[in-house]
Amino acid sequence: MALTVLDPTDERQPVERQVAARPKRLTGTVALLDIVKPRGDVFLDRLAELLPQRRDVTVLRFRKPTFTKPAPEPLLRQIAERAGAVIEALAD
Amino acid sequence: MAPFELRDLAGRLHRMPAGCPAVLAFFKEDCPTCDFSFPFLQRLNDGLAGKAEVLGISQSDAAATRAFVARHGLKLPVVLDRELEVSLAVDLESVPTLLLIDERGTVHESSAGFVRQEWERIARRAADSVGAVMPPLFRDDEAVPEWRAGCASRTTDAVFQEELRVRRGRGRLQSRRVEIGDLEDAVEFFFERGLSDGLPVVPPTEGRVLRMLEGTRRSPDEVVALVPPNYAPATVEKVAINAVLAGCRPEYLPVVLAAVEAACTDAFNMHGVLATTYFAAPLIIVNGPIRQRLGINSGVNVFGQGTRANATIGRALNLVVRNVGGGRPGEVDRATLGQPGKYTYCIAENEEDNPWPPLHVERGFRPQDSTVTLFAAEAPRALVDQLSRSARGVVTTLGKCMETIAHHKWYQYAEAVLVICPEHVRTIARDGWGKADIRRCIQEVTAKPLAALLADADGSAEGVPRRVVGENPAAQVLETMVSKFASEDSIQIVVAGGGAGKFSAVVGGWVGGSMGSQMVTHKIEE
Repeated sequence: MALTVLDPTDERQPVERQVAARPKRLTGTVALLDIVKPRGDVFLDRLAELLPQRRDVTVLRFRKPTFTKPAPEPLLRQIAERAGAVIEALAD
Repeated sequence: MAPFELRDLAGRLHRMPAGCPAVLAFFKEDCPTCDFSFPFLQRLNDGLAGKAEVLGISQSDAAATRAFVARHGLKLPVVLDRELEVSLAVDLESVPTLLLIDERGTVHESSAGFVRQEWERIARRAADSVGAVMPPLFRDDEAVPEWRAGCASRTTDAVFQEELRVRRGRGRLQSRRVEIGDLEDAVEFFFERGLSDGLPVVPPTEGRVLRMLEGTRRSPDEVVALVPPNYAPATVEKVAINAVLAGCRPEYLPVVLAAVEAACTDAFNMHGVLATTYFAAPLIIVNGPIRQRLGINSGVNVFGQGTRANATIGRALNLVVRNVGGGRPGEVDRATLGQPGKYTYCIAENEEDNPWPPLHVERGFRPQDSTVTLFAAEAPRALVDQLSRSARGVVTTLGKCMETIAHHKWYQYAEAVLVICPEHVRTIARDGWGKADIRRCIQEVTAKPLAALLADADGSAEGVPRRVVGENPAAQVLETMVSKFASEDSIQIVVAGGGAGKFSAVVGGWVGGSMGSQMVTHKIEE
C-alpha cells in the first residue's frame, strides 16, 4: 500500500534570483563592498587604487556592519542608487 | 448510551435502542472466550423469544464475522462495528462485553470477559423486564467455569490507536501530503529528495505527526519562528514533522520548539551560524526538571552517542533549519570543515552533582524552570588534569589549555562554554571555590602582556595589528596585561560528564557579541 507522508519543507520554491546583466566594461561609478572579513580591505584598497588609474571609473567604498548577517536593506539600496556595478570582497 | 446504527452481514441496518430492552454483546472472531461463551447468548436470544433483543456486535471484518457466526450456528442478529465507533463510544476495554440497555438506551448492567454470575444476572433481568419465562442460562450438566478472562478490545490495539489518531486529526494538519509509491522505499525517498542530513529518517506519516503533536498544547498552525536562511515560517506542525524525521518521542517536542525559537532569534543569528565557513553548530544545553523527565543525558559520554533524547532533539533542530529554512551544506552552509555536532549537539547539565548555581539560574531563570540554552559552538576540546589536587591547580590547567581557543593570539575572546567534569568539580569545590573564583583564576592565568599578542610578535601574522599600538609604543603599553576572555562573564560554566575521569572540556564559540552570535536561553513551555 502506498505510504502517505507529510512534506517537511516550507513548501515553497525559494524565489529564483535573476542575476543582473554583467557590464561589458567597467565605467562610471563602481561600489567596493567590504563585508569586513579579514584582509578584504587589503584587496579592496588595491582595487580602489588601480581601478581609477586603468579605467574611467570612480569608486565608492561601502562596508557591511558584520559579515555574519545579510547586508541591511538600506545599505543595498544605497549601493543600487549610487553605483552601476559592485565588487564585493567575499571571504578571507 | 447514544443511539447508533450498524449494518449486519446482509447489509441491513440495525438501530439501537430498538424500542425494547436489549443485550449488546461485543466480540471479535479470534477471541477464545467469545468462542466459548457465544453459544450461551444464542440460548438467551431463544429464551427471550423476540420480546427483547440480543445483538452481537463484531469488531472483526465481514469474512471473519461470517466464519464466527457459522462456527456457532448463531441465529441472533450480528452487526459489524467496522469503524469501531460504537466500541469507542462505550469505551470498550475487552471482549466479550455484555451491556443490558432498556428501550431508551440506558445501560443497566455491564459485564466484561465471561463472569458466570453476571451473565446469569443479565439474562434474568432481560427476561424479567419483558416478562419472558426462560430456562436457566447454564444447565447443571454443563461444566461452566465461574470466570474466564476476555481479550483486549480492538480499540486498544496500538495500530488502531494510530488509525484513530488520523481519523480524529483529519483536518488538523495543513502540510502537503506526499504519496510514496509501492515500489519506492520510504527511507530512500527522503535521501533522494535531499530531506535527510545523511542518516536515515523516520517517515512522517499522519499518525506519527499527530502523535508527535500530542507532546504540546500549542496549535499546529502556530508559527514558531522564521527559519533562516530562507526565513520561512516554521509552524508547530512543520517542527513536529521534522521531529518525527529525527526520531524524537512526542514528549521531546516542547524542547525542540524552544530550541527552534531560540535559534531563530536575532541574538543567536542562526543565519550566520549556518552560513559561516567556521565550525559553528548550534549546541543545545538543557536545564531544569525536564532533563530527568525526558532522560536527557548529562552524565557518562554526555557529548557522545547512545541517548535518544540528546541525539534526536539536536538532530530535529538541524533538520528544521535544513528542510524548513532551506539551509544545506554547500549551498548557504559554507563550512570549510564543519564538525560532527552539525548532525546533533545536545547535552543536559548535571544539576545534581553541581555545587554551584546551574547555567539557567545564572542566566536569570528559576531552578524549577526548564530551559534550552543555545550556543554557536565548536566541537568540544579536551582539558586534562589528572594530578592536581587543589582548585587552583585544576583551574590553572583549564585556563592555560583555553588560551589557544581558535588562536593563541586571539584574546578578548567573546564567549566559551567550559564543561567541568564531576571529578574536577569535586576538587574545585572542596577548596570552597565558586564559579566567580574559577572565572577570576582563568582570567589571571591566561593574562599575557600585549607585546606577546601583536601580529608581529612571532611567526604567525594573526594577532593585534601593529597599528593599534603605533610604531613606537611606550613600554607601559606593551606590558599591559590582557586576558583571554573579554570579561569574566564570557566564561560560561556547565557541569556535566561521567563520574570517573579527570577530563573537562571547553567548547569554543564563533564570532561573539551583537555582530555575531550570542548565547540565548529560552524557557521550555510545557
